Amino acid sequence: MESFSSPTVEVLPDEEPAGGPTFLDRLFDHGLLIRTGVDGLYGRSGAFESVVEALDRLITRLGAADGAEVMRFPPGMSRPAFERSGYLKGFPNLAGTVHSFCGDSAGHAEILACVEAGRDWTGQQEATDVVLTPAACYPLYPVAAARGALPAGGRLFDLQSYCFRREPSLEPTRMQLFRMREYVRMGSPEQVLAFRESWLERGTAMMRDLGLPVAIDAANDPFFGRAGRMLANNQRAQGLKFELNVPVNSVEKPTACLSFNYHQDHFGSTWELRQADGEVAHTACVGFGLERITLALLRHHGLDLAAWPEAVRAALWG
Amino acid sequence: MDITQDIREVLGSNEAFAGKADRLSEDDSLFDMGLDSFGSVQLMLALEERFDVEFPDSLLNRKSFATIRAIREAVSTLICRDAA
Repeated sequence: MESFSSPTVEVLPDEEPAGGPTFLDRLFDHGLLIRTGVDGLYGRSGAFESVVEALDRLITRLGAADGAEVMRFPPGMSRPAFERSGYLKGFPNLAGTVHSFCGDSAGHAEILACVEAGRDWTGQQEATDVVLTPAACYPLYPVAAARGALPAGGRLFDLQSYCFRREPSLEPTRMQLFRMREYVRMGSPEQVLAFRESWLERGTAMMRDLGLPVAIDAANDPFFGRAGRMLANNQRAQGLKFELNVPVNSVEKPTACLSFNYHQDHFGSTWELRQADGEVAHTACVGFGLERITLALLRHHGLDLAAWPEAVRAALWG
Repeated sequence: MDITQDIREVLGSNEAFAGKADRLSEDDSLFDMGLDSFGSVQLMLALEERFDVEFPDSLLNRKSFATIRAIREAVSTLICRDAA
């Protein structure tokens, strides 16, 4: 399954003339995003947040009948859990670790002197036991495993968190800190694959109802280095990851707004998570990039929310 | 150089095959025997070091590392190419 639906747009609305303001510039100019001086790190306006919150509620409604257990974690997770998760095997370059000052009074004076002189002051910073959450589901697995074997029907969780990935960019769709909503299914291979299939359908219908042109494509995670190329090839060949893409920055390089991931027994083995019959649990998740979907809506329906098509406004705000 | 024996030695140092690499047949599926995705990456890197070769992107996939026979064919191609 490479691509079973294609975007219907050939050009994007308000295609930027060469040398004119970019989409990011226009988002700043309209006050929807707020500059912080760091690429990929932005404030959000009330209007922007009203869309994010409406999407969050819409996703809740779409999944309500499934009875997922809601959990919310802060955007930091335990460093030992992060290390055990295997994230560093694939994405050492994207991880963000929290470091804090661990010196004494003399060290304090030293860092103040460094700051004053414009020199590097971070030499006395040491890694704490907190790492920034790289994906909303990462703090979940150790918690779920600590409960013991899954019940026969498996489990389903509902998560949302700010996530961090160190990839500064001028594309507004590639933020360093962004919110990811997820449903995570744990159980037998059949149970988790059926879950993924149902969300491929539901997610596609949701985005079409929001008036967005979508395509589902086989995908791979951005694994690091040469080893990463092999992991990426394997992931694609096994059909483990699909993304729902919408043209936002360009038609040629559409933006993944939703992803549908089958982890096989990766997290089950890592965390010794078992099915009711003692077999290693399989897991799958659907992830919604809340800022990315918001940006897709702004790109396709315009920066004035009041002028969005009535059907789109109704889907979001009822 | 006995390539197959060298491959078995490299496999023996992989967590999934410690102590049982000599009992694998040439066509046993290494993935069915417990090799996982990251294990296959470690195997690839260990083979590169052992044979002093570099697998090109076209060979960086599960098929190239699926069996001892597949690995021998891939490694042989690279050794011949380097020798030419």
